[in-house]
Amino acid sequence: MSGTAPASADLIVSALVVLGGAFALIGSWGLVRLPSLMERLHGPTKATTLGLGAMLVGSVVWFQLAEGVWTTHELLVSVFLFVTAPISANMIAKVHLHRLRQGEESEGAGPAGTPEPPPGSADWATHEAPHEGTPGDFAGD
Amino acid sequence: MIGPILPWALAFGFAALGAALALNLWRLFKGPGVADRILALDTMVINVIGIIVLTGIASGSGTSFEAALLLAMVGFVGTVSYAKFLLRGDIIE
Repeated sequence: MSGTAPASADLIVSALVVLGGAFALIGSWGLVRLPSLMERLHGPTKATTLGLGAMLVGSVVWFQLAEGVWTTHELLVSVFLFVTAPISANMIAKVHLHRLRQGEESEGAGPAGTPEPPPGSADWATHEAPHEGTPGDFAGD
Repeated sequence: MIGPILPWALAFGFAALGAALALNLWRLFKGPGVADRILALDTMVINVIGIIVLTGIASGSGTSFEAALLLAMVGFVGTVSYAKFLLRGDIIE
């Protein structure tokens, strides 16, 4: 089962592990460094998720090339993370918008400035009641 | 079994993830908002999953991946429940 690993496996897995660690570190550095929450959301949800994906692919490659077994747990973990990262980011952004409206102190806008409010009399979708005929509309119940 | 470069790569990976966890802790204590703290906790869960994956490569056994999968699921559910509680005042309505 465990012979000597081929040199290519060593090189590929090392590159993927280093890439993954670097991206995870960059994502967390962005969490510390960026000026406002809407910008801080980018670091962990994009860079850190990509870094973890690289490490998981490295793990799949390592177990295939060095141990000769296919492991699918890593693929499950990465698919799950790639599906859930945007959802949790969306929930955190919604919490941020609601807390701002309730008057929680803000750190001010970053380089991108405050986002423009929606045009017309509309508000952010998360502040509004569901429109008539849409799936969230429970007015008729 | 483990080649000549991989131990160094794993050491770098562990060091990077440890530094990332320290940065997340700083953000967790500093805040300033509740949303920042939820985001820091969510990122910590992702970094810990990375440490579990690297441990699995280093030990050469695939038994730690159930832990990684469970942590991924529990971390997501935890983040969504925090956010849901702050948004609606209740988790399951």
